[in-house]
Amino acid sequence: MRYLPLTSDDRAAMLNRIGARDMDALFRDVPKAAVVSRSMFDLPDTQGEIEVERHMSRLAAKTTAAGSLPFFCGAGAYRHHVPASVDHLIQRSEFLTSYTPYQPEIAQGTLQYLFEFQTQVALLTGMEVANASLYDGSTATAEAVLMAQRVTRRPKAILSGGLHPHYAETVETVAALSGEVVRAPVTPGAAEDIAAMIDDKTACVVVQSPDVFGLIRNLKPIAEAAHAKGALLIAVVTEIVSLGLIEPPGAQGADIVAAEGQSIGNAINFGGPYVGLFATREKFLRQMPGRLTGETVDAEGKRGYVLTLSTREQHIRREKATSNICTNSGLCCLAFTIHLSLLGEEGFGRLARTNHAKASALADKLAAVKGVSLATQSFFNEFTIKLPKPAVEVVDALVDKGVIAGVPVSRLLPHDPNVRDLLIVAATETNSDEDCAAFAKALAEVL
Amino acid sequence: MTMNNQGRPTAPGTIEANELPTISGDRGLMHEEPLIFELGRPGMTGVDLPEVQMSEARLGGMRRKGPVGLPGLSEPEVVRHYVRLSQTNYSIDAGLYPLGSCTMKHNPRLNEKMARLPGFADAHPLAPQKTVQGAMEAIAQLMNWLTTLTGMPAVAMSPKAGAHGELCGLLAIRAAIEARGENRKRILVPESAHGTNPATAAFAGFTVDEVPAKGDGHVDADALEAKLGLDVAAIMLTNPNTCGLFEKRIIEIAEHVHRAGAYFYCDGANFNAIAGRVRPGDLGIDAMHINLHKTFSTPHGGGGPGAGPVVLSEALAPFAPLPLLVHDSKGFRLIEDRADLPEGANPFGRMCAFHGQMGMFTRALAYMLSHGADGIRQASEDAVLSANYILASLKDVMSAPFGDGPCMHEALFDDSFLEGTGVTTLDFAKAMIDEGYHPMTMYFPLVVHGAMLIEPTESESRESVDRFIHVLRTMAEEAKAGKTERFGGAPRLAPRRRLDETAAARKPILRWKPKDLPQAAE
Repeated sequence: MRYLPLTSDDRAAMLNRIGARDMDALFRDVPKAAVVSRSMFDLPDTQGEIEVERHMSRLAAKTTAAGSLPFFCGAGAYRHHVPASVDHLIQRSEFLTSYTPYQPEIAQGTLQYLFEFQTQVALLTGMEVANASLYDGSTATAEAVLMAQRVTRRPKAILSGGLHPHYAETVETVAALSGEVVRAPVTPGAAEDIAAMIDDKTACVVVQSPDVFGLIRNLKPIAEAAHAKGALLIAVVTEIVSLGLIEPPGAQGADIVAAEGQSIGNAINFGGPYVGLFATREKFLRQMPGRLTGETVDAEGKRGYVLTLSTREQHIRREKATSNICTNSGLCCLAFTIHLSLLGEEGFGRLARTNHAKASALADKLAAVKGVSLATQSFFNEFTIKLPKPAVEVVDALVDKGVIAGVPVSRLLPHDPNVRDLLIVAATETNSDEDCAAFAKALAEVL
Repeated sequence: MTMNNQGRPTAPGTIEANELPTISGDRGLMHEEPLIFELGRPGMTGVDLPEVQMSEARLGGMRRKGPVGLPGLSEPEVVRHYVRLSQTNYSIDAGLYPLGSCTMKHNPRLNEKMARLPGFADAHPLAPQKTVQGAMEAIAQLMNWLTTLTGMPAVAMSPKAGAHGELCGLLAIRAAIEARGENRKRILVPESAHGTNPATAAFAGFTVDEVPAKGDGHVDADALEAKLGLDVAAIMLTNPNTCGLFEKRIIEIAEHVHRAGAYFYCDGANFNAIAGRVRPGDLGIDAMHINLHKTFSTPHGGGGPGAGPVVLSEALAPFAPLPLLVHDSKGFRLIEDRADLPEGANPFGRMCAFHGQMGMFTRALAYMLSHGADGIRQASEDAVLSANYILASLKDVMSAPFGDGPCMHEALFDDSFLEGTGVTTLDFAKAMIDEGYHPMTMYFPLVVHGAMLIEPTESESRESVDRFIHVLRTMAEEAKAGKTERFGGAPRLAPRRRLDETAAARKPILRWKPKDLPQAAE
């Protein structure tokens, strides 16, 4: 087996030094009833690289890769171009094969990029502090709600109807254990009156902008209403590139920002791994979940970085920790940080403008198809269209024409009879003008 | 001084390199790298995108008013910056990484290549299901490996790391108890447990009751039995445990737990010691997470991402979270909603958006296919063999709190061999850095004073382990002989000396700010 350096001679000599007769002697504490032999596993034996590569490639070939045809799915995962240098750099051994930087003297590389990552996330979201990542946007949102419950000592979380339904379900799963989660009605393409739902038991309101239908929300009045009643505003962003063009949640009064960072540096990966961004106000620092990297000096006075404020964390505080999270999204943070550094102020703004221009042009093209209307009037790179028949059927028919048209709202909200004819469409810099024209043409053909 | 025939000195000379300051501040291959925000110039970018004509009409009046504040750098500058940063990191590719409980084994690059195949990496989680059959089939194959190796009937794939898997398991237990109409709020956790165990139990709304360890490193099974009662929901037990020992009485413990109407959660962080030799399902376990980033070698990546699928017993399987992956005559299908559930399924909820860490699944599947069931068994055996070899080779100079072994995949020492030397576990571990090694896990498990937990994994050759043993033996002998100069203040040869963690926590600086802005941190 190519990954195992010990020879049978080595094994014999090592057993001899140990004073064990055979391998079974080392496993003598295992109860007899639990010992199994190789023949009890109906699984294949060792294979070489060629065989494994053949097996995996055959599986991969049974999926239509997004890049192989006009492709317009978003709804929480966005296909962007990742520069080649990003994937090269994150595969450097020193980044890829190192552990959590608990020994800072020999982990400054990881610690410094995490410090850069925290700074970038704080800048993008317009917040004061950010952590060194959580698993993804949905779990970051759930953590934000739990943090709001701790900060306000109130039980209730109000979730906007525009919050991605998977996020809402993730929040419900953990936040309903010790509190109460209320979901506002779904109003595709329009803002609900969420301020009216806030009462003196409300810990937080959770509003996504752009929302799951693509609509850009004005968070400021919601923040004001929440603060007037002693509640926090949690702003959720699933398309972080949008913050290159629209006002960041921090500038609109958000108290916590929970976001998905996948769009920058990371592939869509059939849903993971992604990178959860989490930012808040300085005054809530000690209630934050997750790792934090801080600046300090070493014994010679040189600037350096360490993991800090770990008295919030599970390995120190155990059952009193702010979260149980340990492993986070380290390498995905690195991809995010490198890609954003490559873009810089100029490139990031241009990327955002390109996305909006592409989506606007596509929206015009699709709305010109007979029977199609635009349900989202203000949006970033994703919008919802209303079709004359169920979106699932239309998407299915378009697959046969070589176009992946988007995400039917009924995929996310199967119970809601009012959304069956709605389709969420995303366009990014990866979509060519030809892709968009092909989509409009095929859509006209199937309707 | 030896000279070559051109008169050029080939011996290093007598100048102490460490004492000679350099003009640049860099030292040879060791660079002092500024923050990315301290580099670059306005207007520069490392990505060429054409400028576009864009109307503001559809932004709803919400256009960003100010700049983000990002620096501008070209591609070569960004590449150099991150390459230089990388050079200050230790890694498993560069050396033995003996972190007990963390399992730093070789990360095959084939797995990286496979995870990047477009049919996996460029598959959208909400693409029409008939277009992503291969991605779902890969998940189904991994599920088959996991259930077969563990002897468990079901597995929930969506948890994103070990602690998330623990949460998934406890929420399934909570749902099962509620379905029985009972109210059990207490969870028994050994004091030797990973910190995530009590943290997860509290996170899932339970109270934590600690079970002591016995003098031999095993959980006190009698104390555990005595604590069982009608309010106990579950025990969380790591096996092999954090002292590197197989819990001998585990089947008996499982029987007691089940008799008391509670469930048995096993922390599977150490599954790599027994994979292919022991099936957790045969031990009476109800739920166990598997850290794909430990046992199945998906890279740790400086702290993540991981993946923590949870295998479940018949009793807990109905409560597995959404989504569920099923296979029928039409192919593979994801069930993402309660409206669509198969007979008997009663999911407790959803762990996260989408379907889990696909990029980790494909790496783990490639690892399993490469090893095969025989290779996985051999890997477990080699990991255990190397740990025992280290224990046997060092127990006379260091102190092994639990006797002669055998241990499982990690060798545990305490600090009694350092008593009276003035050298602490921390000093000893930091001095390893100067010898070119990453320190072992220190001060964990908490039940052992000054613990040093060494996990060599199966990836090390005998020569590599012998060299490691020689270094540790010599260090231990020196410490005991009063030759302690290499310990105090170590490391001396790393990119940084010991860092001031107290100052970092007292006055937190958690982000870069431009010079003209004050650090607002308290």
